[in-house]
Parts: sequence; structure tokens; C-alpha cells
Amino acid sequence: MTGTTVDLIWLAPALALLGFVLNGALALLRPAAKTLVSVIGAGVLVAAFAVALAVFGAFLGLQPAPEGPLVFRYWSWIPVGTLQVDFAFQVDQLSLVMLLVVTGVGSLIHLFSIGYMKEDPGYARYFAYLNLFVFFMLVLVLGASFPVMFVGWEGVGLCSYLLIGFWFNEEVNANAGRKAFIMNRIGDFGFMVAMFMIFWSTGSLDFDTVFAHAPTALAAGGTTITAITLLLFLGCTGKSAQIPLYTWLPDAMAGPTPVSALIHAATMVTAGVYLVARCNLLFAMAPVSSAVVAGVGALTALFAATIALKQWDIKRVLAYSTVSQLGYMFLGVGTGAVTAGIFHLVTHAFFKALLFLGSGSVIFAMHRAYHHTHAHEDAQDMRNMGGLARYMPWTATVMWIATLAIAGIPPLAGFFSKDEILAAANARGHANPAWLVFWGFGLLAALLTAFYMTRLVLYTFHGPNRTGEKEQAHLHEAPWIMTGPLLVLALLSATGGLLNIPALYHGGAGLEHWLEPITQPSAALLPQVHLSTGAEWLLVGIAVAIAVVGLVGAWRLLRPEGLVPARQAPEERGFQRVLRNKWYVDEIYDALIVRPVVWLSREVLWKQVDQRVIDGAAVNGAARGARALGWANRWLQTGQVGMYVAVFVVGVLLLLWRAMS
Amino acid sequence: MLLSPALAISAVLFTLGVAGVLLRRNAIVIFMCVELMLNAVNLTFVALAQILGMGGQVFVFFVMAVAAAEAAVGLAIILAVYRHKQSVSLQNMNLLKDG
Repeated sequence: MTGTTVDLIWLAPALALLGFVLNGALALLRPAAKTLVSVIGAGVLVAAFAVALAVFGAFLGLQPAPEGPLVFRYWSWIPVGTLQVDFAFQVDQLSLVMLLVVTGVGSLIHLFSIGYMKEDPGYARYFAYLNLFVFFMLVLVLGASFPVMFVGWEGVGLCSYLLIGFWFNEEVNANAGRKAFIMNRIGDFGFMVAMFMIFWSTGSLDFDTVFAHAPTALAAGGTTITAITLLLFLGCTGKSAQIPLYTWLPDAMAGPTPVSALIHAATMVTAGVYLVARCNLLFAMAPVSSAVVAGVGALTALFAATIALKQWDIKRVLAYSTVSQLGYMFLGVGTGAVTAGIFHLVTHAFFKALLFLGSGSVIFAMHRAYHHTHAHEDAQDMRNMGGLARYMPWTATVMWIATLAIAGIPPLAGFFSKDEILAAANARGHANPAWLVFWGFGLLAALLTAFYMTRLVLYTFHGPNRTGEKEQAHLHEAPWIMTGPLLVLALLSATGGLLNIPALYHGGAGLEHWLEPITQPSAALLPQVHLSTGAEWLLVGIAVAIAVVGLVGAWRLLRPEGLVPARQAPEERGFQRVLRNKWYVDEIYDALIVRPVVWLSREVLWKQVDQRVIDGAAVNGAARGARALGWANRWLQTGQVGMYVAVFVVGVLLLLWRAMS
Repeated sequence: MLLSPALAISAVLFTLGVAGVLLRRNAIVIFMCVELMLNAVNLTFVALAQILGMGGQVFVFFVMAVAAAEAAVGLAIILAVYRHKQSVSLQNMNLLKDG
């Protein structure tokens, strides 16, 4: 306890939990009280953001500045022998960044949801889930130990499942929710085994104790630390949608669009990046794992970007874009550029939330137009859009800003963060050539990013309109409660780079200095390569040139005039078809994993093991044995008392004889 | 000291009782044979009490009390069976036989 406002940190998650309880009660008792639900749902988030700002301000003003993280222990949670886990929150530079992003972006998305979900009968349930999600997300980023973090980790997974399957009366949506949940289980298994190994080797699960003991308890580069970090990363691949567990995220688009913005773009999916950043010391001690993290990140960035090239569903393009950008973040934290990874996490939260909410605004307009004319067309297919800039100029403007930001056009936010990751990978490449390959992947992905994002904006907002003659009259901008958050996010996307302007541009590198207490221990372990100013300018030049090539290339190559509405569109051929079908990864997983598992379960485990061994041999076998024994002994029961007495006498005589001799 | 003859008579009486229980079919006779066995044991108790202390004699009273109670209950059961079956032969009492 510090005796300052920082002590109020518990209030932020508590407010979100309060919102869940109240909205949950309303969902059960008064589902029609939408105004009250809106006030509670968005109000608690704005209040939580205010708490976060107050805590942040108080943390800045602490005298003397705290040496390490401030840990607030609330109660003893798991006291078992040497395993002592307290329910404790930790306030330090990293958790404060996450706290501000989650509550800040979360507030904007909650406000947007008020307009987007207005007509939905499950309005109160929606806000209850959304508040619960924020609660668990705050537990995740504030938790002072692996188990507390894991509670948040599982909790956000649960809320993700509930919100993906929000419209569960359509089977596709329910299946998408289950897919997300099951694929995350695979990752969580890795997280849990990693926790067991951490406790086994360091004797604690609290972050500060583990990180203090790790350098002495574990041999750097040894098998144990490599296994721990790889298993932690397995957890990250599930939660943060990296190869090989990324396939759930595009399907997660079945949920409402603000959910995609909050959970599946800005916050929850970045939990893996946060985990690697939090454990940067452990990863720095395991060079193999760091290379795996960076390699998987770079590969995912490129791979997902190729798929995004040929998707027609506007949200799916953004979903693959998210997977790709998460790959960048892992490339950053795997390289040891923790600040760059977190920086990209923050800027990505801004511009990807904006992109998703912008697409939500588009879908909202399309849906209303089709609803007016009772047409049953796909409101998310870009082939049904086109020329929307004329009907919704605000949305088009902010989408352009976000597109330029994600493509890495200076001076927008994405330029600084992406460039920093690529520069770090290139610098590491001088010590370890593998990173030059990763850097190449990153550059190529940057080219594709600029291309597919321009494609999205071009097909959605420019060229002729393909929605339909009658529908055009009903296309218009969303209400202010939705465009307002868009404008705030657009401002953040444009200026987010100010957080961390590197020394190259005579900036203060604010975020880097801010996070130094977190990154210090690992920085000492990593090879430090400093690029010359000339080399840095060259890298910047390459990155910008690539982004511009992508943008202009897409603008020149793609012809929105040639598109036809989705219903009349021909099938793609050749390689385009492979991309359209996502490299058939889902089909490959289905053939290699799902079908064998189902076959094994059905034919072996069910029909053989369960029906024959357990039911047949064990259960019915025991019954048959008892019955056979009874059948064999039945002749003893004659009903003749004399016979019983004779047996009894013989028995007594035998016992007597035994006793005598 | 008549210990040995007393024990010998007791053994003979007990054997007679066992043989009667095993061989006879009439429930009343079997019942009497059981009483015979009990009294053979009583005789042993009394005889051995001479050298082992008065405990045996006390125990005889218990046995007689139990035997009296048993006689009352046992005769009542036999009477009830007779009313039901018009017979006291154990050969006809095999309701517990399987099948």
C-alpha cells in the first residue's frame, strides 16, 4: 500500500464486475430496459478508464519512484505447503500500459456498441458479457502471479466463446464459438505445464519471485528454460492466434462486430504478446525459444497476409490482418525488442479497433438497407458494396486513416511501431542471420498489408455501387454514438506514434524509457547491435517504399468497376482459389487431426474400449461372473434343513479338528 | 469325584442329540433333540464347575433361560407351520429352495 491513488487499482476490475452483475441481473429480469443497460454497461467502463488515468497519474507522481512493481496482496488464495499463491495485483509500467489500452479502447467500443446493438433482443446479455470480458482482461493484465493471470486468461477465453456464439441460434456461430474454445484449450495445456515447471524449478509462481530466482535457478539456454518458454509460447499461439493454432480467429468473426474489435483485435488476442513481454527475462534466457517466437511471428505475419488478399468478407480480411499484425508483435518480442512489440500492440489496438468499428458501421448500413427492402444478401461481402464513400463519408475518411496507419505510411501510428520491429529484426540479423530471413518475411508482409488494405477500402468505398438499385436509397451514415468513437480512434491512429518517437527523428522515445524497468533484465542478456544512422534511414526508406508500392500497386491494379455482386460472381481459379480457400488449412487440419480423432473416438474408444472393454468385460463381465458363481453353487440350496445342519456339523467338526491338531 | 462319568454321559447325550437332529424328520423330535444337546452342555458346565469355580453353574441358568424362551418361540412356530401345512415333517418345508 502506498497511501496514494494507486491503491485504488482494484476499483477498475471491480467496476467491470459490478457492470456484469447488474447487467446480468437486468438480462434475466428486465431485458427491455435498454437505456439502463447502456448507462451501466458503458458507464462502468468509462469510470474504469477514469480510475486507470488516476492511477497512472498517481504512479507518475510517486516519491520516491518505485524500484520494482507495486504488488497489492488482497487475500491468500492457494496456500498449500510451499505453494503460496496470493490473489494479488501488480502495478508497474507494463500493466499500466495494458490497463489504459483495455479500459480506453474498451470504453470507445462499449459506446459504439450502444448504437450497433440497439435493435438486438439480447442487448442486456451482450453488455453483461462485454463487462465480464473487461473484468477478466483486467485480471489478466494486473495479476501479480501466473495463476492469477491464468484466471484472467481463461476468463477472457470464456467470454470470447460466449460472444462469438452470441447469436447461437445459427449453428455456424455456435460452432465458431466451440472452435475458438477448443483450440484455446490446446494452448492452455502448454500454459499450465509451463506453470508446473516454473514452480518446480523456482519454487514460486509470483512474477517478482520467479524473475528474481530464474537467473540462478535455471541455466540460461538449458533444456528446462527452453521447455518452459516454448510451452508458454504454445499458450500464446492459442490465445493470440499464431501458427499453428490461428484458425479459430477468422471464424470468430461470427460474433457481433464490436466484439471482434474489442476481443479479437484490440485486447484479448494481444494477451499472448503481453505474456511474452512480461516474461521477457525467461525468453531472453532461452535463445532457441526466442528464435521460435520470432520465426513463428514472422511466418504468421506473411502467411495470414497472403490469405487476406483474396477474402471477400470485409471482416475476414480484417481478421487475417489481425493474425498478421499479431505476428509482427511476436516478431518484435521474440527479437527482444519488447518495447517495439508493446508499442505495436498499442497502435494496433487503435487502428485495428478503428478498422473493425468502421467495418461495423458499414455492415450496419448495409444490413439496414437490405432490411428495408427485405433482400437476403450478404451484408458483409465486399462484392455487394462499392462506392459507399458517397453515402457514409465519415466512415470512409476514418477507414482511410486506419488503412494508411496499418500500411505504415508516415507519420501515422503504424509506421513507427512497425518500423521499429523491422529495424530490431534487421539489427538482430547482424548477430544471427536467421533474423534477416524473419526481417524479409516482415517486409513482404508489409507489402501485402498495404495491398490488401487498399483493396478493402477500394472495393468498399470506391467505384460503382453494387448494393442494388432500391437499397441505395437506404444507405447512410450511422448515428453519432457510433461515429463519435470512430473519430476518437482515428485521432489516436493518426497520432499514436507520438508515444514513442525514436531518437532518429529527435524524439524522446517515451514508451521505451517508460518500459525500461521491465525490459532492463533481458536487455542485458541479448546481443546489442546498434545500427548506424545511415543504416536506420535506409531501413526506414525501404519500409516506406514498400508500403507506398503496396498502396499504389493495389490502387492501379485493382478495378472495382469489374466486380459483380456476390450472387453472380464466378468461382476463382488456380492460385487465387487456393488463397480464397485459406490455403486449405482448415481442410488439412480436418483431415490430419479432426477426422483421425473422431475416428479414434468413435471406432476405437467408443465401439471397442467403451462398449467392449468397459461395458462388456468390466461391467457386464462382473455381473456374468457373479451369476455363474451363483448358478454353480445353486445345488447347495436344497431347502432341506437336515442337510444344512449336517453341513454345519461337519464344518464344526472340521474346525474342532483343526483346533486340536 | 464323578467328573469323568459325568463328562462321558454328557458326550453321549450330546451325540444322541446331534444324531437325532440329523436323522429325524419330525420337527418336534428335532426340537427335543436340540433340548437334549443343550442339557448335555449344561451337564458339562455343572461337572466342570467343581474344579473351575462357580461360573459354570451360573452359566447353566442362562442356558436354561434361553432354552425356555426358545421352547416357547419354537413350539409356536411349529404350531403355526402345522396349521398352514397340516404336517410337521421337515421334508415338506423347502420353500427356500431355488426354483
